[in-house]
Amino acid sequence: MATGSVTVADTPLLRYLLRRADDALILGHRVSEWCGHAPIMEEEMALANMGLDLIGQARSLYGYAAEIEGAGNDENTYAYLRDERGYLNLLLVEQSNGDFAATMLRQYLYSAFIHPYWLALMGSPDTTLAAIAAKAEKEAAYHVRHSAEWVIRLGDGTAESHRRIAEALVRLWPFTGEMFEVDAGERGLIDAGVVPDTAGLREGWKHDVAAILQRATLEMPADGWMQQGGREGRHTEAFGHLLSELQYVQRAYPGATW
Amino acid sequence: MYTQALNSAPDGDKTTLEDATLAARFQERVDAEERIEPNDWMPQAYRKTLVRQISQHAHSEIVGMLPEGNWITRAPSLRRKAALLAKVQDECGHGLYLYAAAETLGTSREELVEQLLTEKAKYSSIFNYPTLTWADMGAIGWLVDGAAIMNQIPLCRCSYGPYARAMIRVCKEESFHQRQGYEIMLTLARGTAAQKDMAQDALNRWWWPCLMMFGPPDTESQHSDQSTRWKIKRFSNDELRQKFIDATVPQAHFLGLTLPDPALRFDDATGHWHHGPIDWAEFKRVVAGNGPCNRERLAARRKAHDDGAWVREAAIAYAEKQRQNAIAAQ
Repeated sequence: MATGSVTVADTPLLRYLLRRADDALILGHRVSEWCGHAPIMEEEMALANMGLDLIGQARSLYGYAAEIEGAGNDENTYAYLRDERGYLNLLLVEQSNGDFAATMLRQYLYSAFIHPYWLALMGSPDTTLAAIAAKAEKEAAYHVRHSAEWVIRLGDGTAESHRRIAEALVRLWPFTGEMFEVDAGERGLIDAGVVPDTAGLREGWKHDVAAILQRATLEMPADGWMQQGGREGRHTEAFGHLLSELQYVQRAYPGATW
Repeated sequence: MYTQALNSAPDGDKTTLEDATLAARFQERVDAEERIEPNDWMPQAYRKTLVRQISQHAHSEIVGMLPEGNWITRAPSLRRKAALLAKVQDECGHGLYLYAAAETLGTSREELVEQLLTEKAKYSSIFNYPTLTWADMGAIGWLVDGAAIMNQIPLCRCSYGPYARAMIRVCKEESFHQRQGYEIMLTLARGTAAQKDMAQDALNRWWWPCLMMFGPPDTESQHSDQSTRWKIKRFSNDELRQKFIDATVPQAHFLGLTLPDPALRFDDATGHWHHGPIDWAEFKRVVAGNGPCNRERLAARRKAHDDGAWVREAAIAYAEKQRQNAIAAQ
């Protein structure tokens, strides 16, 4: 393994793969932070399951990225030796866990987007992408179901749980717009029919989310101003701390194999 | 595994005269290697001993998530990260089915967890030691899980059916964890000088506490006799400890690591590895609550429990609303 930070080629497909892989890794990492501290043992199991699914998805996507880049990078150099500005995940997934309500809502908002996305990607002519999507779709379907149940339960539970999830909704909502942003590089892939257009998924997502929020007796926030920057490597302040923890061993012992 | 703190005898068995026939019949069944099932008659003391042993085991699995959980976010590769997360999840799963096994004896999970949080119940002291480097993930898998397997394999034949069956599944997963831990150690031992030092340091710190996991020496173990008669326990603490040492010493040599026991030597006459004196004062101190992490471990469990109270309340409130709605709809 290389000793310093790695550089990554900048092609639309590679950038696309790293974005999706980074989403999965960073959310999986956040979810794994709960391990040993969840409110119910059954939720320890569920959170670990989701974390494992997401880390697995990241590994598949990094693996494919390494293959098409062909520059000697692998899943670990992408994960452990890219700097903060080189990470391309959504700002939503790097948001700190907060309480259980915020964690489950973050999971739901992302999963409700990514599940239909994987379903659409299964039709890609790129057979590797389609295969990754086919596996991820099954996992994401469970994430949607599990997190949506908690959003409803907490929203329509006690006054305290309602207050907590309502606060989380206000905090996280401005990070949802970025999921549907597409840059020129990704537009090219969409136009070539390789990947689905996120814009086309927006109305469906809003419809699904509105239905769950209604059952949770929560008010759907107005769209308003949306945060963005993650897709270009501009992150929130907390992200550097996440990476310093994630990358610590690799950075402290350059060149070692683990 | 994890039953080292069972040093006080259970309360006196208040067996009545009518119970005497049932007790004799019960012992006959145990002697005939029949499994005792939840609805079968059993002596109160047997029930109590089992609840205590199984719940201690369950608590150990749950508290045991913390020292390894400490390294999930810092695991040095994605493969290691996923494997460690899966391993800690397995431990939670073990805790869950052990609590379920204890519940078949009439004590609820909530009561048992309460006993842990109020320090009325013990968990294995091994988890009161800190995980300081990545090599500790290797050492725990190899040594702690290795010791656990030694203890647990005989429990697969425990007279109480639900516990025995839980142990069969637990042992399968534990032996996978042990191989995984050894493979981490092997990678470090064959790595850079710094990695090898890290592995040696972890072995130095975990070796003696692991030997203590088997509990006090046979000369001081108070109620092994009754547990043996009931076929809960099949081997003595010292027998299991010796088996563990005999199995582990050659593994350490294969890694090129040194065991931190200058008195360790192979006895040709007995075919066993003889070890130096174990610091039982340390063992007693840690069991009594004064180990490096006792307070942190309990504080972490209490915090998770307290912070989660509103979630559990919300789930109950929601379920109640659903129930009321269903009644109203009828």
